[in-house]
Amino acid sequence: MGNMNEIFDTSRKTLQEIEQRLEMPRREFLQFCATLAVTMGLPAGAEAAVAKAIEAAKRPSVIWLHFQECTGCSESLLRAEHPTLEKLILDVISLDYHETLMAAAGHQAEAARKDAMKANKGKYVLVVEGAIPTKNNGIYCKIGGQTAIDLVKECAADAAAVIAIGSCASWGGMPSTGPNPTGASSVAEVLGKPVVTIPGCPPNPYNFLATVVHFLTFGKLPEVDKLGRPKFAYSRLIHENCERRAHFDAGRFAMEFGDAGHRQGFCLYKLGCKGPETYNNCSTLGFGDAGENNWPVGCGHPCIGCSEKSVGFEKPIHQVARVLNVAPPQQYPRIVEEQGKAASFASAAAVAAVAGAAAGAAIMLTRNLGLSHAAEEAERAKDAGGADKPAADKAQV
Amino acid sequence: MANNQHAAPAPIGGSLVNVVTLSCAVLIALMVAVLAVRFLFGLGAVTGINDGYPWGIWVVVDVVIGSAFACGGFSVAMLVYIFNKGEYHPLVRPALLASLFGYTLAGAGVIFDLGRWWNVWNMFWPGSINLNSVMFEVAVCITLYIIVMWIEFSPTFLEQMGKHDARKKLNKAMFFIIALGTVLPMMHQSSLGTLLVVMGAQIHPLWQTPMLPLLYLLTAITMGYAVVLFESCLASSAYRRRIEMQMLTPMAKVMLGFLVVYLVVRIGDVLVRGALPKAFVPSVEALMFWLEMACFIAPLILIGAETNRRNPARLFLAGVLLMLGGALLRLNGFLIGYETNIDGAGGFTYFPTLAETLVTAGMFAIEVLGYIIITRRFPVLPREDVQAAH
Amino acid sequence: MSTRRDFLKGVLASGAAATAGVVAAPARARETKARPPEALGLLYDATLCVGCKACVAACKEANNNPPEFSTVDHLWDTPLDTSGYTFNIIKMYRNGTMDEKDQETNGYAFMKTSCMHCGDPSCVSACPVSAMTKDPVTGVVGYNPDKCIGCRYCVAACPFGIPKYQYDSPTGRIGKCELCRHRYKDGHYSACAEVCPTGATLYGKTSDLLIEAKRRIALKPGERAKFPRGKLGGPDQSYETPAGKYLQHVYGETEYGGTQVLKLSGVSFEKVGMPNLPPDAAAAMSETIQHNLYGNLIMPFAVLGAMTYVARRNVKPDDESSDKEEG
Repeated sequence: MGNMNEIFDTSRKTLQEIEQRLEMPRREFLQFCATLAVTMGLPAGAEAAVAKAIEAAKRPSVIWLHFQECTGCSESLLRAEHPTLEKLILDVISLDYHETLMAAAGHQAEAARKDAMKANKGKYVLVVEGAIPTKNNGIYCKIGGQTAIDLVKECAADAAAVIAIGSCASWGGMPSTGPNPTGASSVAEVLGKPVVTIPGCPPNPYNFLATVVHFLTFGKLPEVDKLGRPKFAYSRLIHENCERRAHFDAGRFAMEFGDAGHRQGFCLYKLGCKGPETYNNCSTLGFGDAGENNWPVGCGHPCIGCSEKSVGFEKPIHQVARVLNVAPPQQYPRIVEEQGKAASFASAAAVAAVAGAAAGAAIMLTRNLGLSHAAEEAERAKDAGGADKPAADKAQV
Repeated sequence: MANNQHAAPAPIGGSLVNVVTLSCAVLIALMVAVLAVRFLFGLGAVTGINDGYPWGIWVVVDVVIGSAFACGGFSVAMLVYIFNKGEYHPLVRPALLASLFGYTLAGAGVIFDLGRWWNVWNMFWPGSINLNSVMFEVAVCITLYIIVMWIEFSPTFLEQMGKHDARKKLNKAMFFIIALGTVLPMMHQSSLGTLLVVMGAQIHPLWQTPMLPLLYLLTAITMGYAVVLFESCLASSAYRRRIEMQMLTPMAKVMLGFLVVYLVVRIGDVLVRGALPKAFVPSVEALMFWLEMACFIAPLILIGAETNRRNPARLFLAGVLLMLGGALLRLNGFLIGYETNIDGAGGFTYFPTLAETLVTAGMFAIEVLGYIIITRRFPVLPREDVQAAH
Repeated sequence: MSTRRDFLKGVLASGAAATAGVVAAPARARETKARPPEALGLLYDATLCVGCKACVAACKEANNNPPEFSTVDHLWDTPLDTSGYTFNIIKMYRNGTMDEKDQETNGYAFMKTSCMHCGDPSCVSACPVSAMTKDPVTGVVGYNPDKCIGCRYCVAACPFGIPKYQYDSPTGRIGKCELCRHRYKDGHYSACAEVCPTGATLYGKTSDLLIEAKRRIALKPGERAKFPRGKLGGPDQSYETPAGKYLQHVYGETEYGGTQVLKLSGVSFEKVGMPNLPPDAAAAMSETIQHNLYGNLIMPFAVLGAMTYVARRNVKPDDESSDKEEG
């Protein structure tokens, strides 16, 4: 609360300006800042820094390119509710070029892009949505006569930061799945350097917004993993924080859609849920601001791993996932557990054969020795009693 | 003393290809195949050993029992050179040969079983050795004994190769080698028993006692003689030679002497420790205990009388029974009476797998094949003028 | 010729040698060793354990161990016991209707299974190559894979069944708890105690832990008392809770001369898999025998001397030329 006071004390005036500019009550604005700070996993009090950064009204210029995609990422961004995105893109950032959202068209549009790039050289943020076709020199996607490859290279050259939004831009997404006729590739592949990626189909808009605001607040992009994904959003498996995890640990699974287990909200793993191999925060950050449980698993469909390369759009939905972090379940070994292999038929037979052969050979040899001994004894014309002994020996064996 | 009274040893000669040698070759080939899998994929890939039974038949049968079976050389050498019974001299070489193979293979068998065999040099590295470890003592003694035995046996090869000078030089020091060859087996055969002591209550009370070293030493000596009886009868029968009854009969008496001492110590120990009631609890352990005791006691009945000792069939049978008894003592101590979780609550099961059994069979096959090749090609068995070698 | 006299001489000589050996190294017992004064250990209190298995997961992570599967669908890390890849496990005692925790009939109880870090460890005594060692200061029983030959004598020797070999690997190691000694340098301590939410697993000096254990068993069942969490002597994380129904036995206080890991339970220790062990360690008996027989090699050399003497007289070279030598 101390931080809140600080904000109110020092920047009541600016907050009022913000209220006007964003048409957003002060209270709502601070909630928005706190939401973003929490999304990024920032410590308590960081919302103040976020609020200050947004207040500062140094709206960064954003250039938004569309390539091979469905505009789903933009669509989902439009459905962010606090604040409504049109406020955000017009007032928090300066969206200077976005083919779907901008009013301009044709040469006018291209000119806007070029102007923005020139005016904000080295300071604008480039956002790429969609995969980039690379086959046949990228002729499968052209805007204003320029191929996607050229466009992304041209725009990235002077950008302060490049963010790939959606699975298509992040790793190729659906266009890149086999047979991949256009040679769809990710932004990082085309630029030949790592970029921040916000994979998902579509990604949660707050993961994108939080990344942009992080850039705004701290002047740099958030910490990312080796695939360029911000760690605040993508460092844990969906499985780790899944609301159905308790059912997994207890071994309660929905076996088919609509069965008793499915209706009771059991774990969807056996229906092919890819949560155990997908890094994302869907299970902790609700989708579309419609309250919790509003995500695929929450409404009864297994996760398809849309944000994970070589899982989403590649593994069939029914195929069970590889569990990446295997943890103990809610069951316990007994104090004494039966372990080890008992005699199999083959092993018992082998041991019996060896023992049998040895015993047989020993008996045969004993008998032979006895017989020859008896013969010798007889030869020596001793008493006939010796001849009985071998028989007695045999009986003993 | 005067060994020259006896016929000098000579090669048997004859073909090396027959049913027995071919079967041995097949078993050895199978063993090599199993061992390839073992060294590529680990012990668990071929054996049945597990967390509860860390030692399987590769240790217990191939090494512990195998080396006890190989005590013939030691027992006979002791009789001839220490107790000065020169008349048994012709038995020395064949017995030594069997021992040589037994021990060399036991040593090799250890390597198959060692999970981290490439570190085995630590066993002899002064910075690593642990003088408190019974295993260390066993390993060092066995290694030394294998070397000593090869030296003891080397005159056979030197004779064949015509290196008489080397042989003469060796003969000068032979008394010391022979003395070493009696002390080393005493040390490690007793220590093989001591191996169990540190396992404390995991070993069934019928087989866990501070007397273990003495029990194992006495049975090793007894088994040594038993093996000589067995092997002499077998060799005579296989090569159609006359059985050396004039030596075997009195030697059996010596053997019985050791056997009686053993039985007194064994039964006395079980009584004094109050473990006997455990032998009357209906259990696998009790059954195995009585089986083991029966194998030790039966020879007394079988060849207790002088006249019976002249019967090769009875001698052979007594030899086999004593070998079996000694083997059971070891098997019972190391496997049947072993339980990881004390108080009979162990959840572990062990039974040798087919592959595991094949390796053990292969080891014995090497022994048999080696024995055949060497007796046919090198002067080991006493020359027999009457009957032509088969 | 061999005569009865010669035979008797041999018998006498060897008998004398044996006696000489025994006299030279008079029987002296190797006493069971006590834990080092600064020994580190754990106190596991089964009555506090809630069976969350955070310690099992933390142990796996701290030791970088892979999961083990015992269910048909390989979904959970489900080791049945400690193994080459599982150094710590929570087992469950079940009886009848399992109504109440820490109750022997119709109850259930948890038990942690991990290395006890014995004061006089059998595995250390057994290891032929000093791959198992006991730290003279902390008393931690550690393992060195670079020396280990994989003979698994330690596995056979341990009364608690703790060191385990990795049978599935051609280069398998022995796996066992080393009290997270590799984490000490980062200021960490045993991961199981670090993560335990109820203080059921407590880390500290064994001497302090023993005092704490004695304090607990003196509590009346149900009496509210403070229970520390994490590390004894570390930052105070204690909390108040009713005391459990303890057996008046601190397991590990005297077993095998005392272990560094101590245990408290409401259910008899034998029922939860802790063997009933005498106060004398098996290692002490084994080493007593070993050192009396082979201490300084006095006995073997005495016997060897006697044997050499006798053999010298009796061994006749196989050559024909040596007949005349007297025997």
